[in-house]
Amino acid sequence: MVENRPWLTFLTHFVLILGVIIVVFPVYIAVIAATHGPTALSSGMMPMLPGAELWNNVVQVWTEDRRGVAPFWLMAWNSLWMAIIITVGKIAISIISAYAIVYFRFPGRVLAFWLIFITLMLPVEVRIIPTFAVVANLGMLNSYVGLTLPLIASATATFLFRQFFMTIPDELMEAARVDGAGPIKFFRDILLPLSRTNIAALCVILFIYGWMQYLWPMLVTTDPKYYTLMMGVKRMAAVADADPQWNIIMAAVVMAMLPPVLIVIFMQRLFVKGLVETEK
Amino acid sequence: MDTKRTVFPSQGLPYLLVAPQLIITLIFFIWPAGQAVKSSFEREDPFGLSTSFVGLMHYGRLFQDPAYLASMGRTALFALAVTVISMGLALVLATAVNRLIRSGTAYSTLLLWPYAVSPVVAGILWWFIFNSTTGILPYVLEFFGVDWNHQLNGGQAMILIIIAASWKQISYNFLFFLAGLQSVPQSLNEAAAIDGAGPFKRFWTIVFPLLSPTTFFLMIVNLNYTMFDTFGVIDATTAGGPNQATNTLVYKVYSDGYIGLNLGSSSAQSVILMLFVIVLTVIQFRYVERRVQY
Amino acid sequence: MASIDLKGVRKVYPGNVTAIHSVDLSIEDGELVVLVGPSGCGKSTLLRMIAGLETITDGTISIGADVVNNKEPAERDIAMVFQNYALYPHMSVRQNLEYGLKNRGTPREEIDRRVAEAARVLEIAPFLDRKPRQLSGGQRQRVAMGRAIVRQPKAFLFDEPLSNLDAKLRGQMRIEIRRLQRSLKTTSVYVTHDQLEAMTLADRLVVMNGGRIEQVGKPIELYDRPASLFVAGFIGSPPMNLLPVETLAAVAGATMPTLTPGADIVGIRPDQVVLGGGDGIALSGTVELIEPVGGESHLYVRVEGIEQALILVQQGRANVGEAERIDFVLPIQALHGFNRESGRRVE
Repeated sequence: MVENRPWLTFLTHFVLILGVIIVVFPVYIAVIAATHGPTALSSGMMPMLPGAELWNNVVQVWTEDRRGVAPFWLMAWNSLWMAIIITVGKIAISIISAYAIVYFRFPGRVLAFWLIFITLMLPVEVRIIPTFAVVANLGMLNSYVGLTLPLIASATATFLFRQFFMTIPDELMEAARVDGAGPIKFFRDILLPLSRTNIAALCVILFIYGWMQYLWPMLVTTDPKYYTLMMGVKRMAAVADADPQWNIIMAAVVMAMLPPVLIVIFMQRLFVKGLVETEK
Repeated sequence: MDTKRTVFPSQGLPYLLVAPQLIITLIFFIWPAGQAVKSSFEREDPFGLSTSFVGLMHYGRLFQDPAYLASMGRTALFALAVTVISMGLALVLATAVNRLIRSGTAYSTLLLWPYAVSPVVAGILWWFIFNSTTGILPYVLEFFGVDWNHQLNGGQAMILIIIAASWKQISYNFLFFLAGLQSVPQSLNEAAAIDGAGPFKRFWTIVFPLLSPTTFFLMIVNLNYTMFDTFGVIDATTAGGPNQATNTLVYKVYSDGYIGLNLGSSSAQSVILMLFVIVLTVIQFRYVERRVQY
Repeated sequence: MASIDLKGVRKVYPGNVTAIHSVDLSIEDGELVVLVGPSGCGKSTLLRMIAGLETITDGTISIGADVVNNKEPAERDIAMVFQNYALYPHMSVRQNLEYGLKNRGTPREEIDRRVAEAARVLEIAPFLDRKPRQLSGGQRQRVAMGRAIVRQPKAFLFDEPLSNLDAKLRGQMRIEIRRLQRSLKTTSVYVTHDQLEAMTLADRLVVMNGGRIEQVGKPIELYDRPASLFVAGFIGSPPMNLLPVETLAAVAGATMPTLTPGADIVGIRPDQVVLGGGDGIALSGTVELIEPVGGESHLYVRVEGIEQALILVQQGRANVGEAERIDFVLPIQALHGFNRESGRRVE
């Protein structure tokens, strides 16, 4: 810091504490709601301090079946699988296509690059119905394949790997070739180990991405067996006006948002790297 | 587009390597997008038995439809408000964290995690807070004489989705502003201090101009976010209501097409949005030079 | 071990840029040949063509009895040492040395034996389990050498292997490479832009310029009888003085000898100029600058009527001061004649 001004330091902390309060506020309210019994929330001013019912509420969420949604454990399982398949799938197909584009020269290479680039311009939100039609025609509704496969193409991950491969010295590949490594061996023995941190950073970002998916699962699943948490908590909340069990709903919401939040908090370094690098 | 100085001589392998990505792209991205374009020029009879080419009819109707034009206006207002609010707050917070040496990381962690809250959960959280029967904010607002009911009042519904969408986006903007601030060389700040500029003057004359690439980049990203990624926020809070007051362009594609089954109009709306994303993406890649040159 | 033969080798890049114009070169078994030239002269390209990292547009390259034009680098049985060493950053030193052998299916005991031997010769045994980033520049260089040695290939290819080292280390490693190559007797091609390195290492020196070979020969032959103006200027430090004949004649007057017809540029090595009087072209000038480099001194002398300053080398300390006038002689037998048009030597 250039100079020491106590009032400015005070202002800095004041601003930040205020910011943190704003950011934490909605989740704090949800957590408080999750700790109370059903009666505390049904009327008037909701309490601002934690109650003692958290464990009961959590147990209820996990054990009781609710109308219109699948059991919570099943939705959590589906969300987990969906996030994992999307993460692994995106990384796998992106790293190999980036490898092809950087380490080979073949007719159609530039075309392939632009086709991948185009996916950036076609978010699922703008092609809801025709994409749904394709998935329906392929018989992929209500399946993990339908939930994940259409989301697996990734321009950003491909660009990230391409960028990273370009920074690897050319000589490394040449040395490997002189050492008798073909394209597969080079990829497995040299490139993959060197991409470790990039893969880890992408895992963090893509897991969060997969976990957050809402519109797509809503479109392709009608069978509650395939509902994900994001759909489930939304459906639970939607009936809350008729049957207000806010403590249970908020307990479910808090648990549904917890896995990615914990990932961001405990893998902050990888998370920041992943987010900043994919936007390059 | 560059490759390595030397490349592997294989003939078939590279095609095998790009195939999975390309097949998925073609089946689930390009083909549906093409279908959307195609059906935006067609009309399907009520039984779905035959289609006929109708040219620009759907587009023509859209641009004469007051509901669509109103949706455009609302989307613009929403996008602008969210971009300004979330970027403004994020810049203030990032500047503050950048001033601190030790406690900065702790604050960062506390400010970053909402990134991991999904739009739909963000919507539920704020919907709960603003809920007219049990919500805490309507209770507080009542003391100020405000009668809050976003289920009836369109303006209040708009405020609700703006708050929820902005809240969710603060962390993202914060992260990029902080990265941008940290790449401003400390020596420039010191030189300005020696030249007699105080902290606020330094910020506006030195730091903020150097941050402009980040700011521009975030503007594009935020527009993209408010246009498309806020679907969950809206679906969880207002579902486009009351009386269309929060029916943004993307939500309208969904509600007209998936719910209302008005295929032609929904496709035309899709195509218009596609053009919009294409423009944003091109701007982002062509004109955003985020590395500051000295 | 094997000889390497290049016949009519050309390299044309897409866009019709010719990097190598028809090169013929025979490298004998066990010989260390140095390719030297300014950057962009094609020396690295030629080396990489021998390695199989660049395709060959025209001509043939054979290693031993085999034409290797269409062979993968790995099939050519060569080893290469790169300028930036190209060590695999995620592998330990041992794994770096083993990698090429493993890929060839060398038996485990044989790998261990060769690695131990290379580690002993190069004195890198203490670092075998470290990662490259934990090593100094000189140590990395040794590991890169080790990776080549363990392979026991037909030929070593060196691509400016010392240019990332500081001057002192570069001198040490140069001697070590020479010693190693002599004892292993492996055919070697060595690329450098440093003419001192080239002179001291080479059995034979190949000077390249603009994608062509200017001259091939023993270093001292090239120094004594440069075949072209380019070689004359490139080999030797400080460089040869090159003067147009007409200018020199105008200044020298009666002492100017008759030269071979066609020679319109005259060259003389700075250390061949004789201070004081004697037989030859007598000149006098003003000392502009003296560079004492220790054992000898370099004098930059301005002669009235000649555009560029002449460089003279005086053994020991200079016995004149700056701005003083001196007389000196260019002995006739030390003169080199060149033709300006063709750039070639005229005898």
